[in-house]
Amino acid sequence: ADGLPETDVFRDSVYVRLERLGFRVGEGLSERFSRDRPRFTDQLDVIKFLCKDLWTVVFKKQIDNLKTNHRGVFVLTDSRFRPFSRMSMANPAEAMARAQPHLYFPCGIIRGVLSSLGIKAIVQAETTELPSATFQIKTIPAK
Amino acid sequence: MASGQKAARVGEEVWKTRVEKVNAELVTLTYGTIVAQLCTDYDYDYAQVNQQLDKMGYNIGMRLIEDFLAKSNIGRCGNFRDTAEMISKVGFKIFLNVTPTVTNWTADNKQFSLLFDENPLADFVELPDDGRAQDELWFSNILCGVLRGALEMVQMSIEARFVSDVLRGNDVTEMRVTLLRYIEDEMPPDDD
Repeated sequence: ADGLPETDVFRDSVYVRLERLGFRVGEGLSERFSRDRPRFTDQLDVIKFLCKDLWTVVFKKQIDNLKTNHRGVFVLTDSRFRPFSRMSMANPAEAMARAQPHLYFPCGIIRGVLSSLGIKAIVQAETTELPSATFQIKTIPAK
Repeated sequence: MASGQKAARVGEEVWKTRVEKVNAELVTLTYGTIVAQLCTDYDYDYAQVNQQLDKMGYNIGMRLIEDFLAKSNIGRCGNFRDTAEMISKVGFKIFLNVTPTVTNWTADNKQFSLLFDENPLADFVELPDDGRAQDELWFSNILCGVLRGALEMVQMSIEARFVSDVLRGNDVTEMRVTLLRYIEDEMPPDDD
């Protein structure tokens, strides 16, 4: 039963796979697009690079809102997340459930970008209303 | 020849005015990552990787043809030679911004080659140096599936496969396309 699309095991395997692909893409992107810019000064600087430069490369727009608790947690909101721009269904709940997997790859991209710039993090994403998407980044302090 | 020029004009026009673009390096990186992941998934059984890429392409092609027809506003092709021109000068132009050369027709007009001077999917790619990938992996095989899926939706059953690839050290990247048959319209069977 684990191979069936509606099981948790199946969903998790899809998540792991897409997130891993995104991670590798994120690493590559940050290498290519951070090459000609000044050295990063701090964590926030890296996050801003992600929100402005890299988001524009991938989704052709910047992140609309960035919040932080100044203790290593960042919340990025894209109020018109491009992959969601043409999703609609009669039933909003179902649309949201189906939209969810489209967040896995971008989560991986974010983690890959941060990782290649020296920041370890846990990245989670959710949507409460299409086409908006929220990404939460919890950075893990270096020991 | 006239159809070729018309196709080139349409392709250029659609590319310039009606296509939303994404960063080419994003596409190259994402595709490369998928191929690399498939190689580990299938334990470097490249025949299986080729097959998976073709299958993914087929699924994409079936959807992409809709977008192609909507954007290009092209009607039915009169013959397979026109089809080849449309694929090269409109299809590849609007989706990958390249125009592979159509050549090596067989006498019965059922088989031609597409020669790729450039291939955005394969930018910066080096095949693994394991002594087998160079002989067994067709890195851009997804394109064969795309063609097969797209043409099937417009009632052409074809076979597409690469016969050489610069990534393998060949002089050119060449895809061979063969028309198997035109698919006839059929009424669904009566079940009364």
